[in-house]
This record gives sequence, structure tokens and C-alpha cells, in this order.
Amino acid sequence: MSQVIIYSILGVLLFGIGLFGLIAAAHILRKILAMNISGIGVFMILVANAVGPDGTTDPIPHAMVLTGIVVAIAGTALALYLSCQINLDEDKQVEEESS
Amino acid sequence: MSSIGPAALLPYLIVLPLIAAILTVLYPSNKQQSGLSLIIGAIQGYVVFLLVNALYALPSGNIEYQLAGWGSPLGIDLAIDGFSALLIALTCLLNLVLMLYSTCYFSNQAQQRQFWPLWWLLNAGLNGLFLSADIFNIYVTLEIIGLASVALVALGHQRDSLVAALRYLLVGLLGSLCYLMAVALLYRAYGTLDFSMLAANAQSDVLTWTALSLITAGLALKTALVPLHFWLPLAHGSAPAPVSAVLSALVVKASFYLLARFWMDILQPAVTETGLFLLGVLGAIAILWGVYQAIKAQRLKLMVAYSTVAQIGYLFLLFPLLMSGDTSSQSTPIAALTAISFFIVAHACAKAAMFMAAGNMIKVIGHDDIEHLNGKVKEIPLSLFTFAIAGISLIGLPPSAGFIAKWLLLNAAIDTAQWWWAIIVLLGGLLAAIAIFRVLDIAFMQPQKEQPGLQHSLPTKRLPKVMSLCGLCLAIFTMLMGFNAQPFIDLVAIGVVR
Repeated sequence: MSQVIIYSILGVLLFGIGLFGLIAAAHILRKILAMNISGIGVFMILVANAVGPDGTTDPIPHAMVLTGIVVAIAGTALALYLSCQINLDEDKQVEEESS
Repeated sequence: MSSIGPAALLPYLIVLPLIAAILTVLYPSNKQQSGLSLIIGAIQGYVVFLLVNALYALPSGNIEYQLAGWGSPLGIDLAIDGFSALLIALTCLLNLVLMLYSTCYFSNQAQQRQFWPLWWLLNAGLNGLFLSADIFNIYVTLEIIGLASVALVALGHQRDSLVAALRYLLVGLLGSLCYLMAVALLYRAYGTLDFSMLAANAQSDVLTWTALSLITAGLALKTALVPLHFWLPLAHGSAPAPVSAVLSALVVKASFYLLARFWMDILQPAVTETGLFLLGVLGAIAILWGVYQAIKAQRLKLMVAYSTVAQIGYLFLLFPLLMSGDTSSQSTPIAALTAISFFIVAHACAKAAMFMAAGNMIKVIGHDDIEHLNGKVKEIPLSLFTFAIAGISLIGLPPSAGFIAKWLLLNAAIDTAQWWWAIIVLLGGLLAAIAIFRVLDIAFMQPQKEQPGLQHSLPTKRLPKVMSLCGLCLAIFTMLMGFNAQPFIDLVAIGVVR
């Protein structure tokens, strides 16, 4: 049982670290990474507690984590694409100004 | 249709938009996309019409459907009651009107091609959120809504809209992470994800309370409640007009709907009076702050976006009004819920009309600087007229729907012996009048200056009739709702058990 507690506490810690990073980090890449870390914290709590009443494995949290990972990938991809576009835009502007 | 039973119609509300999203990718020509979308939108309208009719006729007050026949502990249930039916009908109506508007809005072919699939994904997410009776499924729909609306904001392709989209995405993801954390906690505590099973088992303990706080923080961020509203004006102000309209009218309401669901029934035992009161106070601050910013705003779209911040504040007055002065009267929560639902519909229609009018203005004049709108009524009479009618509803003057909504809200405040909220509502209306009449005064009363400045360098474009008429229809609809409010009020009362 103590294993469950250790993993849950670690999950909460990761979630907190991620949230802090998402709010406090200045660079966009750090923010995106922080978001992923706090997502992993939530997944860890879900998986750690995936124990049925009689000690068997409960599959529902695993299904939830799989769905969550897919969503996190989609969100990360969109965030990376948008930040790339913004950076390209900036570069273009700098070039125009210098020429 | 009636032989199948109304419950079998529920999945179609999610499947139809998904089919539309796929078809609009497969048939990328402009005419095919708009034609397909309008046809599927009309079919969806018919399904919603059948559902609402069935709901009026049912004594039990809600319709449920088990996906693939799996029961609720394992499978996912879809359910609809009066409150969600009203929001689904609203989504469907605005979807149709805004699609008609969008067929003419985009001048850029590539933009238009990308617009339709994203639009339909957003619609699928919204319908899914209103229908789901499973807290994890709701998380998925929240993310669908979030990702689709971010992509739609980014369609502007200018630097402004890209930055706004990125910030909107991060805020949205932060909100849904908090929500997902709460889902994990609730599943750990109760071993179920189903609405009704959670509602039956929920207790007032630390874990449930933490979950409710996380949900509230996450969803308040997504709903843009002051002081978490910082992302809204930029995102709503820099998106293309139909997107701004749907974001202000529906997307913020979706997370509010969820919040109301959690506080009213799912986690009701964990709700404290202090929490309810605190949400009300934040709402009151939002009303005053939003209107103040709207009065100060330089650009018209920014003004309309700040007015959304204020209107969201009104929605949060629902929470303190759920506390009845004496516990014996059963009718008060319904009164507050009715007032707020009516408010949601009235605001959604008025705000969509306003964003369409602002979009027309930008199309014709080329900018939306409020200071330079003088005398523009000659160039865009219909759009400014639309703006004026929608404004009347936002201020809450009779005979508009906004008036009825505020009247119901005042009644609920006085019934529960909380007169201070009534003062906030009245003050908010007064300040909103200043913001709206400032624009109308400049546009209608002040003469056009004869200066060959910026705004004259662009030749005046002709606007397709449809674009002016769509907004006008919605604005007039808010007036008609003011005259005939009873069906809406009856609909909300269906299925409110607690």
C-alpha cells in the first residue's frame, strides 16, 4: 500500500512543479515542457491508484491515461507549431527592417 | 422517427458534426464545403427540434442513451435535460447563422478551406460536452473544444492572432490539467466517472473539496472569470469575426455550464456557502471591471470582448443566488437557474450579432477604431443598426431578451434576500449603456470629417447582403425572445430535480 502513497505524492509533486513552471517560466519551450510534466504527474496518480477492490488491476485509469497522452501530444504539437510560426514571423520582420 | 425513441437521436448530435468535419476535408472546394455544411447544419437543426419537442412531452424530464449498450459504471452515458437542451438548441441555431455568415466572410481561399473542418470539430466538441454524463468524457470534449478554438483563432495568420492563439492554448491546457487532476481524485475517491453515481455518493470530505476547488479554478480560467480573464480580450479580439462570435457566445458558456453542473448537482454536498458567495463576489468584480475596460477600449472588437468579460460576471451571480434565504422554499434554485440560462441565450445571440456587425465594419471601412467611426452610418447602416439592437439587449432595456434576463435575475436576488446583487446588476447595466452609447453617438451623431487620412485611402467595398442580414436576424431574435420568453423558461425547468 505504501507504494501507492509514494507514487501518489510524487505525482502531486510533479503536477505542482509543472504548474509552477507553466506560470513562472518565461520561455515558451519551457512552458510547453512544464505543461507536459504536470500532465505526467496526473497520469502517475491515475496509474498508481489503478487498484480494484480486491487487489486486481483496474483497467479504466489506464484507458484514461492513454487518452490523456494522446490529448497531451496534440496540445504539444499545436503549441510547438504556433511558437514556430511566431518565431518565423519575427525573423521575417527583422530581415525586412534590416534590408 | 418516433418509433425509435428520442434517446436514439442523441449520438447523432455528435456524429453529424464529425461527419461534416471529415467531408469538408475531403471536398475542399469552396462551394462544396459551404453547401455540405449548410445541409448538415439543417439536418442537425431538425434533430434538435425533434429532441426538444420530445423533452417537452416527457414527464420524467431527461433523456438518456447508453453508448454501445454498455451500462454506466463501465460505458459512457449521454444524457440531456432542460438546461443542456437549451444550450444545445442555442449551439445549433448560432451554428447555422454563423455558417451562413462565414460562407461570405473569408476573402482568402486557403483560410476558408481550413475554416470548415475546424468549425465542425468545435461544434462536435460543444455538443459532446453538453450531452456527456461522464466526467472523463467531458475532459476529452473540453480538449476538443480547446484545440479547435485555438486553431480557429490562429486562422487570422497575423502575428497578433498567432500570439493570442498560443496564449489561449496554454491557458486552456492549464485549465484542463486542473480539471483532469480533479477527475483523478474523484475516481480515486468514488470509483466512478458517471454524473448520477457521483451525485449519489458524493460526500463532504477533504478529497472532494480539493477536487471541487481544482475544477472551479480550471474552469474559471477557461470561462475567463476575473481575475483569470487576461487572455480573453486578445483572443476574442483578434480572431476572424465568426470565430470571435462563437468563442464569446458558446465556448466560454460551455465551461460555465460544466461549472454550474458541478456546483449544483454533481458535487453538491461539498459546496459551502462561503464558496458560493466568493464566486458571486468575483462575478460582481468582473461586471464592473469588464464594463470599465469596455468604456475605455479603443477598438470596437476589443470593446465587445471586454463586454463579454462583464457578461460572464453576471453568469457567476448564479452561485450566490443558489443559496435560498430560508431552506423551506424549493423554488429558488430553479428561479436562479432560469434567470441565468435565459441570460446565456440572450447574451449569446446579442454578442454573436455584435461580432458580426463589427466584422462587417472591418470589411467595409478597413478598421475598427471607435474614434474614427464618425458618420460611418451612411456606409454601413444595417450593421450599425444591428449593433444598436444587440446593444440594447446587452444593456438590458425593454423589450429585449436582456431585459427579461436581468428582470429574472433581480427577482431571484430579491427573493433570496440578497439585495446587494441587485444593485450590482443595475449598476452594470448603466455602465454598459455608457459603453454602447459612446459608440452609437460617434457613429450616428457626429459628422464625417473631410480629411483624406488613413480611412479614406481604402475604397469602400460592397458587402454581401447575407452578411448584414445574418447579424440583423439574430439581433431581432433577441427582441422576439423578449416578447415571448415563456417557452425558454419552461424548457429550463424540465428535469431540474434538486
